[in-house]
Amino acid sequence: MSGPIQIQPDETFILNIGPQHPATHGVLRIKMEMDGEYIVKAETVLGYIHRMHELMGENRTYPQVLPNLSRLDYLGAMGYTHCHVLAIERAAGIEVPERAEYIRVITVELNRIASHLFWFGAFVMDLGGFTPLMYAIQDREYILDALEGITGSRLTYCYHSFGGVANDIDDDFIKATRAIIPMMRKSLKKYEALVTGNIIFRKRLEGIGPISAEMCRKYGATGAVARGSGIDFDVRKNEPYSVYSDFDFDVPVYHECDSLARYMVRMDEMEQSLRIIEQGLDKLPDGPIMPAKKPKLIKPPVGDYYQAVETARGSFGIRLVSDGTKNAYRFKLRSPTYSNMSLFDEACEGMLLMDALAMLGSLDLVIPEIDR
Amino acid sequence: MGAYFNDIFSGLWSLCIGLSITFREFFKPVVTVPYPYKTIKMCKRYRGHIELIENEEGKPKCISCGMCQRACPSGCISLASKSVAYEVEVKGEMKTKKKKVLTKYNLDFTTCSLCGLCVTSCNFDAITFSQEYNLVSTRKEDFHFDLLNRLQERNS
Repeated sequence: MSGPIQIQPDETFILNIGPQHPATHGVLRIKMEMDGEYIVKAETVLGYIHRMHELMGENRTYPQVLPNLSRLDYLGAMGYTHCHVLAIERAAGIEVPERAEYIRVITVELNRIASHLFWFGAFVMDLGGFTPLMYAIQDREYILDALEGITGSRLTYCYHSFGGVANDIDDDFIKATRAIIPMMRKSLKKYEALVTGNIIFRKRLEGIGPISAEMCRKYGATGAVARGSGIDFDVRKNEPYSVYSDFDFDVPVYHECDSLARYMVRMDEMEQSLRIIEQGLDKLPDGPIMPAKKPKLIKPPVGDYYQAVETARGSFGIRLVSDGTKNAYRFKLRSPTYSNMSLFDEACEGMLLMDALAMLGSLDLVIPEIDR
Repeated sequence: MGAYFNDIFSGLWSLCIGLSITFREFFKPVVTVPYPYKTIKMCKRYRGHIELIENEEGKPKCISCGMCQRACPSGCISLASKSVAYEVEVKGEMKTKKKKVLTKYNLDFTTCSLCGLCVTSCNFDAITFSQEYNLVSTRKEDFHFDLLNRLQERNS
């Protein structure tokens, strides 16, 4: 009989996180080579929930792909359907009434706040604090209720349609949204006192998990990850689409490059989204929500089209190659979290395991969107 | 040395602020609903599974054109019809005409993604979303709805 295995002091071992682990928020597997508590090398393994959304986009007609887009990112689904309808409208040359565009922007921004709230709760839970999740979900519930009133669904919306939106917003929605704005402002102050000021929280994040601007450029990271590293890039400001150029809002940028900077960017973004919603409700024009003339069968002319939008997680893009038929020839989805996650391997080298998991949380990963 | 103690006290104070916020939550009204005992009413536009709409005679409005079947991304709608001859009076003469009558309208709810393309594609306002959300079963067949049957049951 042999005795217990003796581990040599200089020996490394492999630690397997996932595919089912609460800290990865989905089926992401990370293979880590560990030297004690320190990470020597990490490798993310993907593909556990690959569903061939791109191939489905080539086999189905354009309207039939629409429900697929909201299945990519179930937390901020509105932004993804927005991108799809914008891409097809640009390709097929469909005019969109102004009221419909305003409604789209309001719903997308509401969804962005809901997504950030859920991220906030889950992120703090990764660090060991359970209570903020309850508060965040309670606030998010009001937003989901408002959106459910007009779209009929709670997470996977199919509300935007080619040429406009599926149905008009009513007074109940406007009243609910007007009530959400001051309530959210109060809640954001509460979160700042409860979480942002908390000494344990700050010590876990300040100066931890550095991602330089160089690394962001190398891997194509966008969204809050890039803005937390001092890159001032937001598709809404840099290449304005829809009616975003009519709105007055700021893009929060932090230069600290650490996990706290990414956290602060998202918390500030919620305030900016509230400003956009407020302006949108004030400026909301009257009129139709669907164009008078809309082609019955959508067949974009032959060509190569690209449309990028700023979703809750970063810059999402659709590249569409049309061959003039009712199906796309190529339907490429550029997902922001895929790029944001790919820098994790390099960034976490030499880091403590718990710090690396805190950094993973600050990247705001949604796995179905990586494995689309 | 002063900064060290300052750090400790400001850190402790931040924890006290957090505790005071959570303590205040005790006195706030309860926002959750004890679900099986109390249910909430779904909103008007809630998207449950689809349902056929009846006309004044209690028959389905559907003329079985098959637009919903073609629009569905996952192919979960299947319908069948038969043509029925009927007599109409045109300029004083009796003529026999044929029309399609729906005989079967099945929905496979297991693959439905509730996108609403069938409802928007219908030109006759013959289908709508139901308000049903209490759907649970261990058998797959329980989600294969015969919508025509459901309509007749509703009428009887």
